[in-house]
Amino acid sequence: MFGDYEAQRHWQEVTYNLPVQEWYYNTTNNDLEYWGLDYPPLTAYHSLCCAYVAQLFNPDWVELFTSRGFESHSHKLFMRATDVLIYIPAVLFYCFYLCDGTPKQKVATSLCILLYPGLVLIDYGHFQYNSFSLGLALWGILGLSLGWDMFGSLAFTLALNYKQMELYHALPFFCYLLGKCIRLGLTGWGFIHLVKISLTVLVTFAFCWMPFLSDPKHSLQVLHRLFPDKVANTWCSLNVLIKIKSLLSRETQLLLSFALTLLFVLPSSLKLLTRPSFWQFRLALVNSSLAFFLFSFQVHEKSILLAALPVCLIISEMPLVAIWFLLTSTFSMLPLLLKDGLLLPYIVTSLAFLFLSVYLLSAFERITSEELRFYPYQRWLPKFNLGRNVKWTFCFSLVTMATLSFTSVYLKPPAKLPDLFPVLVSILSFLHFLAFMMHFNLVQLMEPRSKKSLKKNN
Amino acid sequence: MAAPMTNDQSWFYALAFGVTIIKCLLINAYHSTDFEVHRNWLALTHSLPVSKWYYEATSEWTLDYPPLFAWFEYGLSHIARLFDEEMLVLWNLNYASPATVLFQRLSVIVTDLVLFYAVKECCKCLREDKAKDILGRPCFILAVLLLWNFGLLIVDHIHFQYNGFLFGILLLSVARHLQNRHFEGALLFSILLNLKHIFLYVAPAYVVFLLRCFCFTKNNADGSLQWTSFSFLRLVALGSIVVSIFGVSFGPFIALGQFSQVLLRLFPFKRGLCHAYWAPNIWALYNIADKVFSIIGVKLKVLDASKLPKASMTGGLVQEFQHSVLPSVSPLVTLVCTLLSILPALFMIWFRPNGARGFLRCLIVCALGSFMFGWHVHEKAILMAILPLSLLAVESREDARIFLILSITGHYSLFPLLFTTQEMPIKIFLMLLFTIFSFSSLRLLFRKAGSLLNSLETLYLLGLLPLEVICEFIFPLTLWQKSFPFMPLMLTSVYCSLGVTYAFIRLYISLLTSSCKAKRIKTQ
Repeated sequence: MFGDYEAQRHWQEVTYNLPVQEWYYNTTNNDLEYWGLDYPPLTAYHSLCCAYVAQLFNPDWVELFTSRGFESHSHKLFMRATDVLIYIPAVLFYCFYLCDGTPKQKVATSLCILLYPGLVLIDYGHFQYNSFSLGLALWGILGLSLGWDMFGSLAFTLALNYKQMELYHALPFFCYLLGKCIRLGLTGWGFIHLVKISLTVLVTFAFCWMPFLSDPKHSLQVLHRLFPDKVANTWCSLNVLIKIKSLLSRETQLLLSFALTLLFVLPSSLKLLTRPSFWQFRLALVNSSLAFFLFSFQVHEKSILLAALPVCLIISEMPLVAIWFLLTSTFSMLPLLLKDGLLLPYIVTSLAFLFLSVYLLSAFERITSEELRFYPYQRWLPKFNLGRNVKWTFCFSLVTMATLSFTSVYLKPPAKLPDLFPVLVSILSFLHFLAFMMHFNLVQLMEPRSKKSLKKNN
Repeated sequence: MAAPMTNDQSWFYALAFGVTIIKCLLINAYHSTDFEVHRNWLALTHSLPVSKWYYEATSEWTLDYPPLFAWFEYGLSHIARLFDEEMLVLWNLNYASPATVLFQRLSVIVTDLVLFYAVKECCKCLREDKAKDILGRPCFILAVLLLWNFGLLIVDHIHFQYNGFLFGILLLSVARHLQNRHFEGALLFSILLNLKHIFLYVAPAYVVFLLRCFCFTKNNADGSLQWTSFSFLRLVALGSIVVSIFGVSFGPFIALGQFSQVLLRLFPFKRGLCHAYWAPNIWALYNIADKVFSIIGVKLKVLDASKLPKASMTGGLVQEFQHSVLPSVSPLVTLVCTLLSILPALFMIWFRPNGARGFLRCLIVCALGSFMFGWHVHEKAILMAILPLSLLAVESREDARIFLILSITGHYSLFPLLFTTQEMPIKIFLMLLFTIFSFSSLRLLFRKAGSLLNSLETLYLLGLLPLEVICEFIFPLTLWQKSFPFMPLMLTSVYCSLGVTYAFIRLYISLLTSSCKAKRIKTQ
């Protein structure tokens, strides 16, 4: 009730009634402790637009102070509509223009991506606007793939200005564009191209931050709201530092997390820099966001969505692994979903996604070594029947996840360990994600040059 | 004759699974008062002895379905006990705990298995098609049109009723007749009549067909009746099946001397000509004509405004609608009109039977005729015509045309049942999905003979879009919302009744002309 929906409504109230300069400050009119604005300016502008429309319907919804706790279905519906208009066209565009295959396969792919349970549950159950920023990021990816680099950078910068979490995707974008410019020749066209892209990015940033650029104090305050430096009281579910939080000081933890993230992000980014192709770009997005998710300091469970989006984009090339990852990502958010009372939708959407994507994308048939992109392992285990073993491991892993879901709901944890089940969920998810990250990194780094062993090499 | 189901039947299970998932997602959607009706019936069959079932009136939703349905609710109530005992307490009016909602919704989803089986049987009755692509085969299209029918999803899984299970039995009975297993068909229909008596609408078709095509075993060379081939044995067998089912159902109540009370509960004729929301039938057009005449009459000073009856459209739920200019309509008149409308069809299958398909066509005509002219018809009854019509639609071009018009208008007329804001995107999305699919698949199936709908029909159907925008979005923001709150309902009802009437006339024409063709073509 008083959850993210109230936060969104409150932001509309704040942006509508107060001048721009006061949005990020703690004043008598704007109590930052009560769902204060902590996303970049584009979210604030979106809230302002929604507030104008909301005001047309019923001014009471956005009255300062008096509208707290107000709920209305038409209001919710309207807010959802703006969201859907960005994300769904992006997905459809991707599937129909950039995927290979017969029209039926394209429809199947688009259906599977749209059915991804994690996004559906978080945005519609939990009430968030992730699909807005993910949609913008997706438009950015599409732009880059079609060679419309300016449009792509514009879209991605907007996404970044909507939610700062998009920084997870920033490195691959940067490396891809830089790599492309290098290919064009840094002394000639490449340089001009680089300048054009940089200008686009800077201008977009300027537009979004315009009201705050008049005084550097404003910009600093906004940044302070976006990246708070208070100690993470949040229990980082998938962060391996959970055990050594008490051993190391906070500075060391920050340093360690920074070092590990960098370590795992660099190889894939460098590979992308040297070979900027669309396939490499998508894999780099996966690897970068996974690395950031696993090793960053203050991570929310929902950030897995940033890794899930690029994996959705490779679902048609690597169906089984992608489906496995997407189901694990939904499972990793189970404690959050249970808190919101979303158990039934979770079960239904996960089952629907599993059966329909396996059926539509023929995931169980496409398990030859070649299709699974298991070429890195072929050198070391040439005689191993990878396909069948992967299938059985997949089924076993699903059964484990289902059992753990069931026990989390129906069994009571022992009194000494009240958080037993959420911890088990996060440990299991973490192990899966670690394995996935290794696999995706190997696939990206060891991609063979010849076209014979790959169906899609761009 | 019977098309073998392909070995790869996985697509059927994928469709069934997909629609079940959607139904599960609708568990927490809006439910209407029908939910409380069924909860009340669970409670009363569970807590009271049989002798009190049709006398109980603690709640306003008294038992008004035949006894077999009451026994069905009694069976369900034993399972309900495992979910939440409180729902079985009679005076827990409007009790709707999460466990109750879950149980009731799951019961609808599980009983839909009957529908799945029936659809499978219907697919077997279609003519074989050698199309390689599964999406273009009639059995696939029929399965989607029936399993994913928008009307059933909306009425059963949101509004809350048990139509899937009942229509499953109806379709199974039709399938049995198409497969020449007439005894089973008759048995199923008798059970169905004792589950929900609204199926009396189509009983005449059954009676005439079975008498003509089953009791008289042979036809003369020119197709006319051979009186000497009457099989008394078959008549007796059929009669005993029907009588025994009715006996099992009504027997206990006749023994208790409650037969008249049961009938009183089943047929409450005190209600008005039209439901609060006019079903899109002839009487909606009649009402609107009456209103228009009265307005013109008052304007031209031919009528005295003070003498006109006050029960008007300007406010309140209209149950009793007194007509001002045109003569008022009584239940007897509607009965006569209904009978007149279905008599030609019945004559057709008596004199020129077209086998089981002719029977199906006559069944649809009876259902639609009763819908058009019946007393206090509910708009949900349009499903009784739409679902069987799907069977004919995948086989003949003319029927596909009629199906498109009838299903789109009929489904649209169900929109006012879901008036909440949360359900609006769901109903629009599902409606678009079903409409686009039915249109594109039927068009693909019959592409060789040109386009399915002519421009006037297309224009009419497209007119539904602005109508929806006006009724749902624009009208609530205007000033008329306060003074004429029922205008959108009236507009919807009148617009749809035009489409339904047109479909009815076309269907009749196709019935009358197909019987002529049947003499030349070998029937099934």
